Amino acid sequence: MSALAPTRPVPPALELVAVGKEYAGSPPVRVLHGVDLRVDDGDFVTIVGQSGSGKSTLLHVAGTLDRPTSGRVLVAGVDTTELSDDQLAAVRSRHLGFVFQQFFLLEDLSALDNVALALAYQGVGMAERRTRAGALLDRVGLSHRVHHLPRELSGGERQRVAIARALVTDPSLLLADEPTGNLDSQSTRSILDLLHELHDEGVTILVITHDTSVAALAPHQITVADGRITADRR
Amino acid sequence: MNHTISPADQVTDTEAIRHVASSRFRFGDILAAGVGSMTRRGARSVLSALGVSIGIAALVAVLGLSDSSRAELSDRLDRLGTNLLVVTAGQGFGTETASLDTDAAARISHIGAVNEAAAVISTDLTLLRNEWMSTNDTRGLGVVGADATLLDTLNGTIADGEWPGDHWSTAPVAVVGAEAARRLGITSVADGPTVHVGNRDVTVVAILDPLSLAEDLDRAVIVSRPMAEQIAAADLSPTAIYIRTGAATVDAVRGLLPATVSPLAPEEVEVTRPSDALSAKESAEETFTALFLGLGAVALLVGGIGIANVMIISVIERRTEIGLRRALGARRRDIRRQFLSESVALGLAGGIAGVLMGSVATVVFARTQGWRVVIPPAAGVVGIVGAVLIGAIAGLYPAVRAARLAPTDALRGA
Ligand SMILES: Nc1ncnc2c1ncn2[C@@H]1O[C@H](COP(=O)(O)OP(=O)(O)O)[C@@H](O)[C@H]1O
Ligand SMILES: [Mg+2]
Repeated sequence: MSALAPTRPVPPALELVAVGKEYAGSPPVRVLHGVDLRVDDGDFVTIVGQSGSGKSTLLHVAGTLDRPTSGRVLVAGVDTTELSDDQLAAVRSRHLGFVFQQFFLLEDLSALDNVALALAYQGVGMAERRTRAGALLDRVGLSHRVHHLPRELSGGERQRVAIARALVTDPSLLLADEPTGNLDSQSTRSILDLLHELHDEGVTILVITHDTSVAALAPHQITVADGRITADRR
Repeated sequence: MNHTISPADQVTDTEAIRHVASSRFRFGDILAAGVGSMTRRGARSVLSALGVSIGIAALVAVLGLSDSSRAELSDRLDRLGTNLLVVTAGQGFGTETASLDTDAAARISHIGAVNEAAAVISTDLTLLRNEWMSTNDTRGLGVVGADATLLDTLNGTIADGEWPGDHWSTAPVAVVGAEAARRLGITSVADGPTVHVGNRDVTVVAILDPLSLAEDLDRAVIVSRPMAEQIAAADLSPTAIYIRTGAATVDAVRGLLPATVSPLAPEEVEVTRPSDALSAKESAEETFTALFLGLGAVALLVGGIGIANVMIISVIERRTEIGLRRALGARRRDIRRQFLSESVALGLAGGIAGVLMGSVATVVFARTQGWRVVIPPAAGVVGIVGAVLIGAIAGLYPAVRAARLAPTDALRGA
């Protein structure tokens, strides 16, 4: 690329436009109402709201694990509305990294193989997968736990493995649903510190939490209540 | 900041997505996931694969044993020959039994394609171990007179002693069949044992091995035709003539025999081939083969249901794993393949174990029967391919169910 050519603008990591989500039933359950939301590249956003306010639903829809009933979801500039299921899977593999409250590590795999698993769905060869997984474990401070099984790790360490797994594919956005929900205060502290470090290194992060003290640490805070955004502070 | 993206950018990105969507979870990964998960669920996997392996073992053993016994039969037929014919007098008109001419055997041996012919005469002479025994104690044995060519005609072999040969017709000697020797308690001819035939003692000079194509003679004490007539003090006509032909000329000779033996009443002559009876006996055993194959099929069905069960449980237990893999970018078909490969791996393991078990059973059983061991390679191939198919069929429904699971439901289910 020539130095004179205009640099291509980086699209927002995530953009939700008038997203509504309704679960079928009688009566139908409306969980999200006209949610507009933008996570810019390099942003660190927290979404805080009470339990049952629709945060997890929002994360699932934003993460293309579920389709909105109305509105549009754009991931890294790609409008996902018209994409097939297989293409959504590719969007997740390429652009998104997930971290969950329950870690969801595969119990039979070592920390290294758990992290490497994310690369398997990109068709990366085994040797490269392991190398990259090792580098990510190093980055989250677990180079001494590479060959341990999840049950041999503390809660905080397991969540670090999950974060490494979410980041090993170098995604456009890290989506975390209550990442400290299952952790004691000390581990919570260390995971939040890690997220801040990663943000400083340029990782775009969206954390969902019911804990206002966790939310308060982020530069960009969004509040939800009953499936609506009630505040968006930068 | 300006975040608008041009349609062109969007297109290239969507193209890239399509490209990623087409680069798939590799075959090796599918295999690793399937086999790995199977081996980790050790005991349960073993149990679920056991049904299939029993079915396959039954199948392989049945095929192996029927082939081994068939090989044994064809070995025996090769040894005994399918070129042995027997002429007997059929039923004449009315109630009178037709009889064979005394020189019929001699006439038969003039047919060019006949290698060897020997007449046998059944007698009603009493047979006793010695003259002091009761005449009721004949032990179900009979005395027959035979031509000296009998042994060669029947391809018979001698267990002990020597076929009398030249002095056969005149000497008071006898050869005893295998079963007759056993019942008479004669195990060796070394100390010149005698038996009491009619009114005189004859010396046993040879003990025969069993004659598969002429089992009647196993229970007989055989003397020469002249000796039989001499003891009976009567002219006796042959009851049966054994004929050994060239291998390719059996049918031709068979056609010529009636007219040769009895030019005036060829229809009264009956010609049979003992090896036919032996083959027929074997085909009766195929009924059992079918029965065991049926049992094997039932075991396979049960085994398949077992695998399906284990797979359904596995899918339920691993809901969150499925959700997580979907979040990592697994497509529905990747999930489907993963579970399918696991059930196929179970089937394959069951199949390999089954083929091994079936082969061992065949070897052990064939050895105890003294048979040559024949395990048809096709049985192994069919066994393993069949087991893999059963694994695939059994895993289909669970795999489809796993793939249909909505990722959000799978993740919330934790
Ligand atoms: N599959 C579903 N069907 C019906 N209602 C659902 C479903 N999933 C979630 N909900 C409802 O949506 C609401 C929001 O749930 P959730 O997004 O999990 O909230 P949060 O994560 O903020 O606690 C809850 O009232 C929940 O019962
Ligand atoms: Mg929640």
